[in-house]
Amino acid sequence: MAELTLNHYLILSGVLFSIGVIGVLTRRNVIVVYMCIELMFNAANLMIIAFSNSLGDMTGHVFVFMVMAVAAAEAAVGLAIIIALYRNKKTVDVDEVNLLKG
Amino acid sequence: MQLLMFYLIGFFAVLSAVSMIVVRKPLNSALFLILNMICLAGLFALLNAHLIAVLQIIVYAGAIMVLVLFVIMVLNLREKDGDITVRKVAAQFVGIIVVSVVMVMVGASVDPSAISALGSASPEFGTVVGVGKTLFTDYILPFEIVSVLLLAAIIGAVILSKSKV
Repeated sequence: MAELTLNHYLILSGVLFSIGVIGVLTRRNVIVVYMCIELMFNAANLMIIAFSNSLGDMTGHVFVFMVMAVAAAEAAVGLAIIIALYRNKKTVDVDEVNLLKG
Repeated sequence: MQLLMFYLIGFFAVLSAVSMIVVRKPLNSALFLILNMICLAGLFALLNAHLIAVLQIIVYAGAIMVLVLFVIMVLNLREKDGDITVRKVAAQFVGIIVVSVVMVMVGASVDPSAISALGSASPEFGTVVGVGKTLFTDYILPFEIVSVLLLAAIIGAVILSKSKV
């Protein structure tokens, strides 16, 4: 195993995705939670690119391009929601935002 | 050589990701995330995805993270002192389970003998020319739909962040 294979990239991608999941579960600041979601996006992108390279097919690059566009749209809307939330509740702690709790 | 580069960049990627969720201040988290994204851009370049590597730095590390840093600085947040609660321990337990499941899935889904070395087929692979040709011939409709999505996101962000309607 002295050669760089697809497995290396898949394992690294899994590790990064898991770190993102742990971050979402443990952190309470909504901006940090948002950044952990971005980390998971990136891990998924890495896996797509690795498979694209392994299969010699450039469709994966187009897919990652689309993911980036959606992430940019998500960043704009998500951060606008965070600002609106802070304006109304004076907090960005996800435990204190429970308006929809039954 | 490639393996060495992979381990070096991958080590920094994991290190910065762990630092991101460990440090207290959101601002430091954002800076570690930028480091992580730059590491991933290096990995993309290692995988012959040159255009995606550049886009990763421009769009993610540039545009999106500047927006995040801007919001963090506007809100000027004070992180409360973290206390170890039952919920936090439970969350870490769930996180460890998720890690194990992902690792088992990755390990089970990959056949080491089937896929040997990574390599690119054509010299156009991953360049602006190659990705552009794929994007503007086979995937022209999704490309146009993405532009509509971005327009909707612009309008939505402006309406959401308005103070009074």
